Amino acid sequence: MTTDTARRPLSPPRTPGGEGRPRPRFSTGTATGLGVAVLYLSLIVLIPLAVVVWRSLDQGPGFFWRAVTTPDAWAALTLTVVASAIVALINLVMGTIIAWVLVRDRFPGKAVVDTIIDLPFALPTIVAGLVLLALYGPESPLGVNLAYTRAGVVLALLFVTLPFVIRTVQPVLLELDADVEQAAASLGASPFQIFRRIILPNLVPAMLSGTALAFTRAIAEFGSTVLISGNLPFKTQVAAVNLFSQIESDNTTGAAAISTVLLAVALAALLLLDLLQRWGNRRG
Amino acid sequence: MARYGLRTLAVVYLLFLLVLPVILIIWRTFAGGLAPFAEALTSPSALHAFQVTVVVAGWAVVANTVFGIGVSLLLTRHSFPGKRLLNAFIDLPMAVSPVVVGLALILVYGRFAPVGGLLESWGFQVIFSTPGMVIATVFVSMPLVVRALVPVLEELGDEQEQAAHTLGASRLQSFLRITLPGIRWALGYGVVLCLARSLGEYGAVAVVSGRLVDQTQTLTLFVEERFQNFDQPAAFAAATALALVAVLTLLLTKLLRPKD
Repeated sequence: MTTDTARRPLSPPRTPGGEGRPRPRFSTGTATGLGVAVLYLSLIVLIPLAVVVWRSLDQGPGFFWRAVTTPDAWAALTLTVVASAIVALINLVMGTIIAWVLVRDRFPGKAVVDTIIDLPFALPTIVAGLVLLALYGPESPLGVNLAYTRAGVVLALLFVTLPFVIRTVQPVLLELDADVEQAAASLGASPFQIFRRIILPNLVPAMLSGTALAFTRAIAEFGSTVLISGNLPFKTQVAAVNLFSQIESDNTTGAAAISTVLLAVALAALLLLDLLQRWGNRRG
Repeated sequence: MARYGLRTLAVVYLLFLLVLPVILIIWRTFAGGLAPFAEALTSPSALHAFQVTVVVAGWAVVANTVFGIGVSLLLTRHSFPGKRLLNAFIDLPMAVSPVVVGLALILVYGRFAPVGGLLESWGFQVIFSTPGMVIATVFVSMPLVVRALVPVLEELGDEQEQAAHTLGASRLQSFLRITLPGIRWALGYGVVLCLARSLGEYGAVAVVSGRLVDQTQTLTLFVEERFQNFDQPAAFAAATALALVAVLTLLLTKLLRPKD
């Protein structure tokens, strides 16, 4: 092989799009690839989403506002935001604790626990709902029936958002140097002081990023809440389910209005997430 | 002492939220032995749903794999204006509710929409048919392959590819001989994640499929429809089958995940 390459005449380094010429800023190969990618992305994602937003606004802001504030849509949106906020808070606390246990604690079976954390990402959402209904439904072996209640909605959202905080906090905790903590302990700091003054400030950006991701996911969630919530308007119907029933009854403009609100909340959360990550990078 | 308290809290939380519910449904499915499970999954409706699922997920995975390789090469090996924007757009599907995805596709490709109407007049139905379900599935699982590939491509760098070019390799040769072997584990990881997401998609597919039993019904739609019609054994059997696929996915990703 070496002899073969040695015998080959040396050609000038090829750059895509032009031989010998100085590398252009934007080669034809790049342009073709970019064109195809943007077209594909536009046809599947961008144009459809733009049409949703346009359809929600094309009859004026008054119509948009009325569609969003119909009693059932408003109740569903409020429930979604409140339930998602509760779920995000529980995730903030429990996710951090679980990440802590997975990194700092040692016990038999820890590797198994670490693996199953990702199960909610792999499990279809409709199965997640069914599975929760089996343990916390009318036939509950524990005698706890959360079917058709708001607590059931929160439970479903907790299930599908479980991995977010854990998986963002875990790597940061792994990187954290235990030397500083030992130094603090040797200088007489209590475990609580060490946690508050040394560990927590390092973890906060990751904790908040994970919480923002969990919140975004909870706002958008549909499949897992379908079975356990029973979809009772004004009681357990979340925004995505309300949206679904509006699509089924061909109320396209109303459905587009709710979709736009959901998209706006998700984008706001992602923007916040981006800011949090930059803040974290600057501190790290 | 605090350590045991936290450990207990974490384990109990995971047990009641995650482990017990999944185990209970598997146990209930197999309580009557294997025969009812096999019987519920081999009914004509279940087999049809299984077939629809495989076709839709198969096409979605192929589309996202090709797109994923192409876009991650664009993002890591080329420079162009608007790169950050493209990068941000790739992640957009993750933040969109599946039901919104369904509505968006109906508004563009539905029978009464301009584009959908035109396609329909050519005899090509998108919504309430397989193409619409494939597009919906592609939408929701779009970022997975890209996000698995980009960090690995960045890590690999392009020195070996440049070397191959100077030695006269064509772009295809350098891709097949150098880039592809370098990213094969990450690609496998991304494809497995994409496949799992595609098999399990419910919301977007529920909207664009019209949920026609024995026509556009996937396995996840089958689970819901059987449960609502009080056919618990069939719903539980299909749910258990999907849960077992999820566990398999988990183990596969554990094997394929890039080690750091």
